[in-house]
Amino acid sequence: MIWPVAIGELHGVFSWLYSLLESTGLSQPWLDIIRYIVLGLVVFGVLCLIALFLVWWERKIAAHIQQRFGPMRHGWHGWYQTIADALKLLQKEDILVDTRDKVVFFWAPVICFVAAFLAYICIPFGDKLIVADLNIGILYIIAITTFTVISLLMAGWGSNNKYALLGGMRSAAQIVSYEVPMVASILVVVVFVGSLSMVDIVEAQSGWFTNWFIFRVPFGPIAFVTYIIAATAEANRTPFDIPEAEQELVAGYNIEYSGMKFSMFFLAEFANGFTVSAIAVTLFLGGWHGPFLPSWVWFMGKTLAVVFLLMLFRWTYPRLRVDQLMEFAWKFLVPVTFANLILGAWMKYAGWYW
Amino acid sequence: MDAPVSLVFWILSFIIIVSAFMVVSLKNIFHCALFLILCLFSVAGIYLLLNAEFLAAAQVLIYVGAVSILMIFAIMLTSQLASKRISQTNENKLVAFFVCLMFGLSTLVLIANTHVWRYSAQALPEANVLTIGKYLMTDFMLPFEVVSVLLLAAMIGAIVLARKETS
Repeated sequence: MIWPVAIGELHGVFSWLYSLLESTGLSQPWLDIIRYIVLGLVVFGVLCLIALFLVWWERKIAAHIQQRFGPMRHGWHGWYQTIADALKLLQKEDILVDTRDKVVFFWAPVICFVAAFLAYICIPFGDKLIVADLNIGILYIIAITTFTVISLLMAGWGSNNKYALLGGMRSAAQIVSYEVPMVASILVVVVFVGSLSMVDIVEAQSGWFTNWFIFRVPFGPIAFVTYIIAATAEANRTPFDIPEAEQELVAGYNIEYSGMKFSMFFLAEFANGFTVSAIAVTLFLGGWHGPFLPSWVWFMGKTLAVVFLLMLFRWTYPRLRVDQLMEFAWKFLVPVTFANLILGAWMKYAGWYW
Repeated sequence: MDAPVSLVFWILSFIIIVSAFMVVSLKNIFHCALFLILCLFSVAGIYLLLNAEFLAAAQVLIYVGAVSILMIFAIMLTSQLASKRISQTNENKLVAFFVCLMFGLSTLVLIANTHVWRYSAQALPEANVLTIGKYLMTDFMLPFEVVSVLLLAAMIGAIVLARKETS
């Protein structure tokens, strides 16, 4: 038996665990089943940890921007405040409206959470640290996250409440609109790499940091900025949070939800925020590449930096109006991203890149 | 097909048939739309079994992510559809059932009588995105462009219909 950890890299741990499993002498189908169950549980645990951490972090950042302290009482600077909150939400009574659409109301938070969870299958958390390197990687993530829209529509409809319905419809209109510039920004990178696989995209940015796509002037920075704008809208965050605009819609699609169902929406929202940041890091910021530290530390550090950027947006910019939001997407972002895509494809064809 | 794959195939087929039946039989039209999404998503699963990953992702992206959402949107915006429980059948239902039955039976007979399929069911090459892209830009250029023009025409038509006359 070989000791697994080679200076902080995590993939050794998994191959070591798998070799332990193999030494028990089980047959191949059982090995696969156990492996998938364990991997699923690990991804689920990572997702929950990230979401819990991000909730705490968001509250701290919001507080410090507003010259407050935020949660301070539970542990060092309130570090286990969100754990206590989650436990409280678990115990709370599940308040149900009588006029709800029973089946739709029940399944909406489930689908929302599962969609957020499934996207994590294809995120490269580090060197060889990816559950499944699909050859349609990035397309798979875009496709599977569209279920978020459906879950929000279901929540809006199932609640049988006009605020919830408006919130659901706004979110659908917004996410469908901003999907176009987001995919167009992603396509610039895909055109350059010539592959949809997440691992291939990261490998194409190895070496010195000038190889990262954000530094491939001029299309790289443009694509990064348009992607970040579109991703903020996709994750329903301010300045694009009209689906749950508190002053207009009370809380939007999740107004009738309480207890565990509400916390599932809440966790999924933060999980999605992490997902869009992880895609930004994978596509534009070199993924797990970086010197000295283990790859997963680099990946998490870069992703949390992008999440921090999104949080700064949220607490410093005012919310856009519905019509401004749509005009910005269709009249500005879509033309810019498509022009950028053509520019990138032409430069790739002409060989004007390094 | 080995055992797990065929098991998945039968489960998917069952979901597809049941949800397709629900789409045409339920009274609540929002539930119909949701079952349509389930049906189309399971079809994407069948594509995955055939190693056509790109097709599966495109199916989910286009049908689940765009077409169905547009339908749900239309249902929510149409107040007559939103609240009532509407019947999906009218007085022509017997004729329609008969026509559908005939169509289904003839398709089944055709499938049962075809012994040699033109394309073999062997596994597709890895990374078939590249292959699809190459063929779309060379051999199937004309249909691809015609479809684009058709979609553009539909889009302009929708804008013309939706626009208010401002004279």
